[in-house]
Amino acid sequence: MSGIVQFENVGLRYGTGAETLSDLSFTLAAGGFYFLTGPSGAGKTSLLKMLYLSQRPTRGAIRLFDEDVVQLRRARLPGFRRRIGVVFQDFRLIPHLSAFDNIALPLRIAGVDERDLVTPVREMLAWVGLADRASAHPPTLSGGEQQRVAIARAVIGRPEILVADEPTGNVDPEMAARLLHLFDALNTLGTTIVVATHDIHLLSRVASANVMRLDRGRLQDPTGALRYPPKADGH
Amino acid sequence: MTVLGASQAERRLLPEGRLAGPMPWVIAIMMFLTALAAAGGLAMGSAANRLGADLGRQVTVQIILADTDQRDREAGAAQQLLSHEDGVISARRLGDQEMQTLLRPWLGDAGLDKDIPLPAMIDIDLTGAGRDRLDQIAGAIRAAAPHARIDDHAGFIAPLVGLIRSLGLLAGGIVVMMAGATAAAVVLAARSALNTHRRTIDVMHMMGATDVQVARLFQRRIALDALFGAMVGLLAAIVVIVVLGRRIGEIGSGLVGSIALPGLAWLVLLCLPLLAGLLALLVARITVQRALGQTL
Repeated sequence: MSGIVQFENVGLRYGTGAETLSDLSFTLAAGGFYFLTGPSGAGKTSLLKMLYLSQRPTRGAIRLFDEDVVQLRRARLPGFRRRIGVVFQDFRLIPHLSAFDNIALPLRIAGVDERDLVTPVREMLAWVGLADRASAHPPTLSGGEQQRVAIARAVIGRPEILVADEPTGNVDPEMAARLLHLFDALNTLGTTIVVATHDIHLLSRVASANVMRLDRGRLQDPTGALRYPPKADGH
Repeated sequence: MTVLGASQAERRLLPEGRLAGPMPWVIAIMMFLTALAAAGGLAMGSAANRLGADLGRQVTVQIILADTDQRDREAGAAQQLLSHEDGVISARRLGDQEMQTLLRPWLGDAGLDKDIPLPAMIDIDLTGAGRDRLDQIAGAIRAAAPHARIDDHAGFIAPLVGLIRSLGLLAGGIVVMMAGATAAAVVLAARSALNTHRRTIDVMHMMGATDVQVARLFQRRIALDALFGAMVGLLAAIVVIVVLGRRIGEIGSGLVGSIALPGLAWLVLLCLPLLAGLLALLVARITVQRALGQTL
């Protein structure tokens, strides 16, 4: 598998404070499944932001899809972002749009014809168990339902990389299993998955997943060799 | 359906808060003032052209002689000459009755005695070419009537025409300034709308929306608001212009009465809301794209 994401000595500093992330060097293989874990405040969300091009590093090099994205012209960012699906920690659903319209948004932005997006959006709604909530607006949905809409929106465009920040934080264990199964299915189809979570039980749900651990802004397992439970233990 | 570059689905991205903000009403007020200034400028320009064209080609010949016989002879000679002169449309001597009517305001009925020597007056209408060779015509008149005094109307109407033209230019300047103020109001409205919808814009950007796609949402909404405001303002201005026009017509004075709005000017006024909408669309697009350009 070739590297779809490459970080080299990446550091991130907000303002004039200490570095939030330091010396991050790792490669994510195309088609890989990665868990990013670590305690709250370790810098998981900041790392993901750089991954989905919402934040540029203050030092180091990042390559996405074999291109240097640190120096990438702003006008080229949309093209890259369309290849990345994002599940935000706070969902970021648009409150005045229905669940259907929220999920359809990436397709509309990509210029998909209205007639061509109805079926995939309805299928996705059914998949996340919200077929009967298509016209509901986010404020009328529960936290778990909102999270499912957010996940459906992130995967509807069949992204090459899916970045999810605590995607199962608000759903029950059964739904969490279903969502992970969806991620796994996407991964099987070739999508590289990066899931940030501090739910240690989630890590064992995907057999093929690599685990990266962030602690105080530094990556503890840059190679992804550590697994949960660790292979060396014979599990 | 696409309206001003945004599909129905795209329009749902920004809640339709039209007329919720002050911008349409600010633009309505500015359009009201702009339309009045434009109407004033167009009417002044038209009046200046008409005055220049009508009075500028008129010349009056006065023959002031106490000897009425000689006066009449010189007047006859001048008329005879003018009837064959190139560039002269007409040369008409004012009759006694007309002279008395002209003088009555100053002398009253009692003053119009036959013993008072009145000058002979000949009104001449010139063609454009005649106007150009007025010096030659004047020379010929003086040769035929040595006591003739020639009053060129263009001479005394010129300062008035100049004043009217200046007022017209001032009105044009006001229209330009109003357009600038409208653009400034649109900039403020666009920035405010951007702040209000920052979250939606961020989400769209993260999904790969381009600045043009985002700007299209705002430019459409702002242009429609501006169009509405401009139409309200123009409607109010038209009412004022019509009422003022009637009042001016009632005055009946030649000079004041010449200030009227020609048909083409009405067409220009009716186009103003469209121009305001177009201006708002362009300014909103530029403002939004510049603001987005400062983000990642």
